[in-house]
Amino acid sequence: MMRNTILLFGIVATFAIAMFGLTILPKMFIDEGVKEPTYFTPFEVTEGHRIFVREGCIYCHSKQVRPEGFGADFERGWGRASVATDYRNLIPHNLGTMRTGPDLANIGARQPGRDWHYLNLYQPRAINEHSIMPTFPWLFEVVSEDARPGREGLSLPEAFRIPGMKVLPTDEARYLVTYLISLDQQTAGVE
Amino acid sequence: MDPGSNQPSYSVSDLDRKARFVVLFLIFSGVFWLLFGTLLALVASLKMHLPDWLGATGWLTFGRVRPLHLNTMVYGWASLTGAGVALWMLSRLLKVPIMLRGYIIVAGVVWNIALMLGSIQILAGFSRGIEWLEFPVSTMVAIVLCVIIMSASVLLMLITRRVKQLYVSVWYIIAAFLWFPLLGLVSSLPIFDTPTVQAGMNWWYAHNALGLWFTPVGLAAAYYFIPKVLGRPIYSYGLSLLGFWGLALFYNWNGFHHLVGGPVPTWFVTISISASVMMVIPVVVVAVNHHMTVVGSFRAVVNSPTLRFVVFAAMSYTFVSLQGAAQALRSFNEVIHFTHFVVAHAHIGMYAFVTMMLFGACYYIIPRITMREWHSKGLIKWHFWLTAIGIIIYAGALQGIGVFQGFTMIDPEVPFTDTVTMTIPYLVARSVSGFLMTAGHLIFAWLIVRMVYRTGEQPATPHVWQKIREEFAT
Repeated sequence: MMRNTILLFGIVATFAIAMFGLTILPKMFIDEGVKEPTYFTPFEVTEGHRIFVREGCIYCHSKQVRPEGFGADFERGWGRASVATDYRNLIPHNLGTMRTGPDLANIGARQPGRDWHYLNLYQPRAINEHSIMPTFPWLFEVVSEDARPGREGLSLPEAFRIPGMKVLPTDEARYLVTYLISLDQQTAGVE
Repeated sequence: MDPGSNQPSYSVSDLDRKARFVVLFLIFSGVFWLLFGTLLALVASLKMHLPDWLGATGWLTFGRVRPLHLNTMVYGWASLTGAGVALWMLSRLLKVPIMLRGYIIVAGVVWNIALMLGSIQILAGFSRGIEWLEFPVSTMVAIVLCVIIMSASVLLMLITRRVKQLYVSVWYIIAAFLWFPLLGLVSSLPIFDTPTVQAGMNWWYAHNALGLWFTPVGLAAAYYFIPKVLGRPIYSYGLSLLGFWGLALFYNWNGFHHLVGGPVPTWFVTISISASVMMVIPVVVVAVNHHMTVVGSFRAVVNSPTLRFVVFAAMSYTFVSLQGAAQALRSFNEVIHFTHFVVAHAHIGMYAFVTMMLFGACYYIIPRITMREWHSKGLIKWHFWLTAIGIIIYAGALQGIGVFQGFTMIDPEVPFTDTVTMTIPYLVARSVSGFLMTAGHLIFAWLIVRMVYRTGEQPATPHVWQKIREEFAT
């Protein structure tokens, strides 16, 4: 029976030690610094984060900038290295693992204009013909040109225009863009 | 407890008869999710080079289809089929019937329902948003509870076993059934409530789901089927021991190598990099052990459908693990992190190793529990070559271009768009490889459906194995 005991004990012990080392220990080290600052995160930003998660943006866009000298993140204008406090305690985390598209940790500084983002979400190929980003038409409504007087539709290139109609962002698109513009790593981190 | 005394012993056919329904149920469930996950894979792969295709509806957007592909393959196909294969091997190795069979069936039904609900949740936009853990916590907990029922069965079988020695496969299976529920439960705890800590938990979990659940089941199968089909013992007990405890010690610590350069304290990352490099020891040890067992009998690999898949899978395990150890190094990681190279790496692990191993295991197990014969040798060969060539094209195309994509990305002189356009032909190649693998999966599904729903010939000795028996059975 001794072998049984050694086997079961060893299986659980090797797991428990590493579990402590890679989940509890980081929590003890990181949480303290992150929980101290209070983030006044506007409703639009938290909602935008939720939509960012829902549409799975993270599967192509990382949201973590590597330090200067490690990769070309800094040289590409993606901002300074990310720190734990940059994420405003928005859960789930979206550090990401893939850069099919560029990193978004600093997108608000690179593209501060709302119209650029609306256009890019509605039809990315209206901005960059080589883009392979999906379209998100369900974040927009297509209405007659006469409807909603006073509201300008997206300024789409000829190829993507629908005659007699204009494209307006919905609330969800506005929240998502507010969130994207809030991502700015030009200023120094809190650390 | 005195194993083997006074109690009636079970014959192999008794064990297989008792295992029949529960193992077939788990394998069939798994194959259903394999086909569903394959469909999702094709949609996601095609969308990478046809971005406007099926682009009008939210539930078919890339960002929902791609995570669901991963979740159905991982928690549907590989977990359910893997559990069935592991329970069958354990029953044979401990010479007791699978315990709690009724409860396992109920657990399997609940598990399938959870997968269906989880699929709807992800497509409807209620993903948890954490890679490998996209199912909402409630769905994940349901799956973990189902695994715990299987774990209870495994421990009961261990206690009531009719053998004295525990074979190496038994260690791996017991470890897998203890590690996976623990992993699932810890990952569902609400204590990871700040982003970077959650990211740490995320990659600790995701790496361990492969390393502590699929890898032990896969290695158990390799340790079981290679000696079994060849009819000779495993080369070295000592190496088996070293391989097992090496994996238990080092694999657990690998997770943070996914966060190299990320916003976490550097020393956590360094620990994971060291552990990743240490993984070379158990991997090489297992590879040597398997190689020395097969050496001299390579003809059998050609003749046995099981060995063909199992040996391909075991070689893939060695390759992907050594590659993983190299990828963890900062200099290598700087280039290939965030590129398609890593996507291909993950597929070599989950497909070329785990999935091919499970195919091989199914080709051995299903004839024995149904007492029927595979009706076409030719189709099995087609299945093997379509999937093997498919995954080789997949890995070759994406890892080849991934390296160039990485070097282009760390060169700030080149516009970012170039890192996208350069990959397109290789993404098309990936879709082509996807169609090859899909064809293989359809053949496999057809073979097992025919096996169960039609009475085939029932020879005393399965004829697919006849040649091997003639050569090695003496």
